[in-house]
Amino acid sequence: MAIRQVSVFVENRPGKLHETLKMIADSGLNIRALSIAETKDFGILRLITSDTPKTIEVLSKESIINTTTVIAAKLEDRVGALCYVLDFLAQAEVNIEYIYAFTASEDFGAYVVIRVDDAQKAEQVLKEHNIPTLCEDDIKDI
Amino acid sequence: MGKYYQPEIETASREEILRIQNEKIVKQVKHVYENVPYYRDLMDKKGVKPEDIKSVDDIKKLPFLSKADLREAYPYGLLATDLKDCVRIQSTSGTTGKRVVAFYTQNDIDIWEECTARAIVAVGGTEEDVCQVCYGYGLFTGGAGLHGGSHKVGCLTLPMSSGNTERQIQFMMDLGSTILCCTPSYAAYIGETLAEMGYKPEDNKLKAGIFGAEPWTEEMRRNIEESLGIKAYDIYGLTEISGPGVSFECEEQRGMHINEDHFYAEIIDPDTGEVLPEGSKGELVFTALDKEAFPLLRYRTRDICVLTREKCSCGRTHVRMCKPMGRSDDMMIIRGVNVFPSQIETVLLNQGYTPNYQIIIDRKNNSDTFDINVELKPEFFSDIVSENLAKEKQLESAMRTMLGIGPKIHLVPPKSITRSEGKAVRVIDKRKLHD
Repeated sequence: MAIRQVSVFVENRPGKLHETLKMIADSGLNIRALSIAETKDFGILRLITSDTPKTIEVLSKESIINTTTVIAAKLEDRVGALCYVLDFLAQAEVNIEYIYAFTASEDFGAYVVIRVDDAQKAEQVLKEHNIPTLCEDDIKDI
Repeated sequence: MGKYYQPEIETASREEILRIQNEKIVKQVKHVYENVPYYRDLMDKKGVKPEDIKSVDDIKKLPFLSKADLREAYPYGLLATDLKDCVRIQSTSGTTGKRVVAFYTQNDIDIWEECTARAIVAVGGTEEDVCQVCYGYGLFTGGAGLHGGSHKVGCLTLPMSSGNTERQIQFMMDLGSTILCCTPSYAAYIGETLAEMGYKPEDNKLKAGIFGAEPWTEEMRRNIEESLGIKAYDIYGLTEISGPGVSFECEEQRGMHINEDHFYAEIIDPDTGEVLPEGSKGELVFTALDKEAFPLLRYRTRDICVLTREKCSCGRTHVRMCKPMGRSDDMMIIRGVNVFPSQIETVLLNQGYTPNYQIIIDRKNNSDTFDINVELKPEFFSDIVSENLAKEKQLESAMRTMLGIGPKIHLVPPKSITRSEGKAVRVIDKRKLHD
């Protein structure tokens, strides 16, 4: 099951990231995972939160956002675990745009958020090889 | 009210217009020579006497006035009547340096307001209309000019002045405004805000807009017409000559009729000062034929323009001027290339961006830097860095094709560039070229 990631356009200037994060905090949203890609002029803040619809509602008022389907896959905590998973995607010729990782507070499990060119295909491949993935309901209280 | 505010003069024959102009210019040159020592000196230096001016054909013998003269003669040096006969002062918006003040007698005000009344009737205005004036009121001629014209036509006038967009929209919707008068960039902003508030173009009662005081493009016209569901008309004027209404667009939307019974227009070569034949592109020069208090003769506008006497289907016989192709004040020379902000606006609109941008020019290591901040369109935003950078590159290359030199594009959040409620600050030139 795929989840939705909310990306936010943030100017690359002092205080701008804080402004966005404050809106999230003030709305009682818990950030599960995030990554920031930066350019000289702006950054792209990518977020997985405890409540995606509410995050979209809150942030779209003041910011430019984009919602993307990503895969959140659970990894075994061992050497080579990510490598093992990516091998399946490579074989299926699924292209990866970026990856970031997070740890769940519930079971201290290791997860990776994977942004691919074809989310449906990636899911299918992971399912076939019994790699567990999260759905939006799962991230509410992971 | 019919199609024209003053049909007899707006549709007068060429001979009749010339007769009026010839009669007025002879009187006007005498008035200026006798009452404005500053201009008398210029005429004397050129060896021209009032008697030498017998018709508008002789205007070319007169010396030019420029913005520099107005600054030098500030504040009273070009005043031609006693101050006790003046009833009003208006001032330029100061976009290009020191302010210029212009004086008006009551007669000057009446003529000015008749000119804007002609513009309002030309866009279909009658005493049935509700005319919302959101040009700035005060020293700026925009508010006062359209306000006066709206009264003359008999419209119900909403003297909103600029700013407070939510209140503008509330009045517009509650009172059913039918004609909107403001700067084109503010009209675009009102359109955007209406859409954000969930209104469709057909939800308002507006039928026409009279937009001026800023250069704008045909693309921007279409943008405004679509977002507000109206016909958008251009109006031209300058404080030095009176204010908005020196010329105005008719239903044809193909050039602005100059009120020739009051203002004589010439096109000159900006380098040599030579008068160019009809149809040539050059600098627009105006002579106020019947202004009393502040009668400028041969004032160089710095606007690059073309005049045409081609017959207009609206029935007006007055000469038409094209939309200024940029003010020479506006023209930037970047790395030796002439760049007009209107070109940048065209590219942005063609590429699907809003016409809100800011140009920043600087000089580093003896070379000009050229940056444009552009508001990102929400739909163009991607979570992938390279896709956003590709948008910047695409815009840079479209700019290079249009301008001949490539700017660096910076995408900024929507609404982060200061909106014009008066005039937009489009260009920030940090180069110190005139130390």
